[in-house]
Amino acid sequence: MKPARFEYHAPESVDQALGLLNDLREDDVKILAGGQSLMPLLNMRLARPRHLVDINGLRELAYVKADTAGGLAIGAMTRHRALERSPDVARAAPLLAEAVPLIGDRQIRFRGTIGGSLAHADPVAEIPTVAAALDAELVLASAHRRRTVQAVDFPLGVLTTVLEPNEMVIEIRIPPPSPGTGFAFLELTRQHGAFAIVSAAVALTLERRTIAASRICLGGIAPTPLRASRAETLLVGAQPSASLFAEAGRLAAADSDPEGDVHGSAAYRREMAEVFTRRALHLARDRAQGGGVR
Amino acid sequence: MTQLVTSVPRVPVQLRVNGLLYERIVEPRKLLSDFIRQDIGLTGTHVGCEHGVCGACTVVVNGEPIKSCLMLAVQARGAEILTVEGLARGGKLHPVQEAFHEHHGLQCGFCTPGMLLAAVTLLEENPDPTDEEIKLGMDGNLCRCTGYYNIVDAIRAAAKALRSTTSPPAR
Repeated sequence: MKPARFEYHAPESVDQALGLLNDLREDDVKILAGGQSLMPLLNMRLARPRHLVDINGLRELAYVKADTAGGLAIGAMTRHRALERSPDVARAAPLLAEAVPLIGDRQIRFRGTIGGSLAHADPVAEIPTVAAALDAELVLASAHRRRTVQAVDFPLGVLTTVLEPNEMVIEIRIPPPSPGTGFAFLELTRQHGAFAIVSAAVALTLERRTIAASRICLGGIAPTPLRASRAETLLVGAQPSASLFAEAGRLAAADSDPEGDVHGSAAYRREMAEVFTRRALHLARDRAQGGGVR
Repeated sequence: MTQLVTSVPRVPVQLRVNGLLYERIVEPRKLLSDFIRQDIGLTGTHVGCEHGVCGACTVVVNGEPIKSCLMLAVQARGAEILTVEGLARGGKLHPVQEAFHEHHGLQCGFCTPGMLLAAVTLLEENPDPTDEEIKLGMDGNLCRCTGYYNIVDAIRAAAKALRSTTSPPAR
């Protein structure tokens, strides 16, 4: 198992990388970030790009910055390990902090990057689901322009995104958590570190015992992370209760579109989407009541 | 769809392994694991799954444990790499190696080089881990023989031995 031949490029700045991507835009190019998903594909020759653009030299894209509003700007080449250890992430994005230790394994988290995980767009990965749940924005850059897209709109399907051939993800922006919000990320896996069969990312904002805002995003049960909008709408304005959360779980499962595989049938995944939505809502509610943001 | 890339320029790769400087000229597609084994000749780094699942090829690059089958040799230019051959000093096993030996933390030994390097780096960042922390910290390494219990025992013992030594062992 060895990669097929490719032409190797190692730009040393974002400008250089974008110039290169622009020059090669008609060609067959893969961007190599942390490599924890792409390298296996290269080794198995499931991917055989003509050009490999290695962006590990772009140190300028490895950062976590707290913005003035209390949100975060995270550079695309920030490694999972850095997110795991960042006090800013723990404070401003507890949902991300809860999900990151579940990514891959220890060695993988030393190499894998947030931008790489997003751009790879695997619906069973943690980061795309969390980013969509948090209403995160992605900053995409080409040699000619920068644009922002909502994380939920970024993936188009399994391993497919809105990125143009000359573009790359350079930053992820996460809005500040509202006061009174509880977060929860839960996933069903066959063993620790495996890809999720189903994952549920939930943010629940309580104001005087009433649900003021809710966000529910499910992973693994559709080609892209799925915002369960009917369940979200059901919750807003209501008082939290077991029956309400059960109904929200049923609505979320009804909106899911899972495919069966060796790890679980479509029906099983839909059932688990309901169970994990419900459990995540209970946990987020408990955390919101326990003093909000966490 | 893709045209065959028939030839690409070979690139010089200079790096340090276990303190020694090596320079080789290789194709950019050469994996770090293969570079270490084939081009440098250090075959202690084992290659298991070659797609980042088993952890047998774990080496330490600039202080961080990584899977060397998921990194290109060209990406390690200028790096300081520690492989299993660099653990023992002057004919004396590293305390983690000693503990694996004493606690029967290996049977066939195939996963052991990766296990040792994962354990050494784990104990550097957490000198007194709980069993749960050991299990989580070793989640990147598979063993098909031991059932893991003896590996956890060995790492717990190694942690104790390392804490009791006044000066940290050279690695």
